[in-house]
Amino acid sequence: MAYPPAAHSSPPRQPSVKVILAAADVSRVVDRIAHQILEKTQGAADTVLLGIPTRGVPLARRLAARISTFEDVTVPVGVLDITLYRDDLRRHATRAVGPTDLPSGGIDGRRVVLVDDVLFSGRTVRAALDALSDVGRPASVQLAVLVDRGHRQLPIRADYVGKNIPTALAENVKVTLAETDGADEVKLYGGSPA
Amino acid sequence: MIRHLLSGADLDADTATLVLDTAAEMATVAGREVKKLPALRGRTVVNLFYEDSTRTRISFEAAAKRLSADVINFSAKGSSVAKGESLKDTALTLQAMGADAVVVRHPASGAPHRLADWVDGSVVNAGDGTHEHPTQALLDAYTMRSRLGRLAGLHVAIVGDVLHSRVARSNVLLLTTLGAKVTLVGPPTLIPVDIATALAPGIDVSYDLDTVAPGVDVVMMLRVQRERMSDSYFPSAREYARRYGLDGPRMRRLPEHAIVMHPGPMNRGMEITPEVADSPRSTIVEQVANGVSVRMAVLYLLLGGNNR
Repeated sequence: MAYPPAAHSSPPRQPSVKVILAAADVSRVVDRIAHQILEKTQGAADTVLLGIPTRGVPLARRLAARISTFEDVTVPVGVLDITLYRDDLRRHATRAVGPTDLPSGGIDGRRVVLVDDVLFSGRTVRAALDALSDVGRPASVQLAVLVDRGHRQLPIRADYVGKNIPTALAENVKVTLAETDGADEVKLYGGSPA
Repeated sequence: MIRHLLSGADLDADTATLVLDTAAEMATVAGREVKKLPALRGRTVVNLFYEDSTRTRISFEAAAKRLSADVINFSAKGSSVAKGESLKDTALTLQAMGADAVVVRHPASGAPHRLADWVDGSVVNAGDGTHEHPTQALLDAYTMRSRLGRLAGLHVAIVGDVLHSRVARSNVLLLTTLGAKVTLVGPPTLIPVDIATALAPGIDVSYDLDTVAPGVDVVMMLRVQRERMSDSYFPSAREYARRYGLDGPRMRRLPEHAIVMHPGPMNRGMEITPEVADSPRSTIVEQVANGVSVRMAVLYLLLGGNNR
């Protein structure tokens, strides 16, 4: 027997959605990170930006574009695919491997800034550090993220954070960017209804 | 993703393209200082070879090692097979040792299919009798795509001993899946027309290499497999070389962009002359290098995730 629709019980729970950063906010945050990178790297000298797919890549390109607008320096941008270095490969169906594309000058002896959209457990960054050590030996590695949502499972921290968002584990942070998803936005899903 | 790779027909166009794309990423590892990826750390790959092979076994071994898998090489010579152990008992032994994948080459057509029923791990067919050799077809497709930029619409002539060739069979299946047009060329005794045309739709057969040559993008020369020939299929080696061998003058009648392939090992002077084999159009050495990348892709896609 099928249950009748629960019309008389409490109203159906809508998963709450909260916009944390709108398009204009994302743009301001990227501007600020670009300034901070310039400040902390003496004008982006000898610096390479490596985006972690998927959304770290357009973010890295945007940062490089802003840096060149602000200070007229060209920062090489690359892509670092970390699929084969993940520690959860066996927990999922086989993941497709994406391209890794390092700037022509390489990364040896340079300052590498890894760029990603959300910093959460830290496992992606751990994988990225392993991948990095297999493709070269940077002088130093820094990390830039658009959003830090906490709940680290590894001793990793970011050097540049766009926005700290205190979250519950059950919540979900979703970053969309114009290049990959059509619009810039950071949303928090599934929180307690405010 | 599929669990075993037994036949060129196991792959639909999307999966085959995924293998080729993954292989392209794997190929970049060969150019790095650290030629190793951690993706298959802790997994065991057994190379179970009942037939002599150098390039295929070494290629699979290199591929597995570059992905950090543990590799156990098993050749029938000097093993319990020489004492009469059956394929099934050998399979159960490997199973008990915890093999995650078995790469098998066997003189009997269909042996890998049987093996796939007996072991829990993935089975990769590395050549079974006169049946199939799917990773060779994948590496050939990869080589064509990287040289000519595409596969769909290419015209590929597969020339020679089609009857005994597992390379030809797997290539016909895979290339037609990927949208290439295949013409089989060889003496009538070595092309089983009914079987060949039933393999895949749109297969052409020709007995005259010179009429086919001017319209092809790829010529794939097959080795004349004397070890599999119990009867005489052509009057003499000289006549075969004359009619179906690829020499300099014949190569120059191919379109300018056309490439020449050979799965190796070559009989120089029989199906291919040294002039052709060592020419810039020949992809023979490239095929070997690409073999490692393609096999890395296959092993990763079969073993990299949880596909059970």
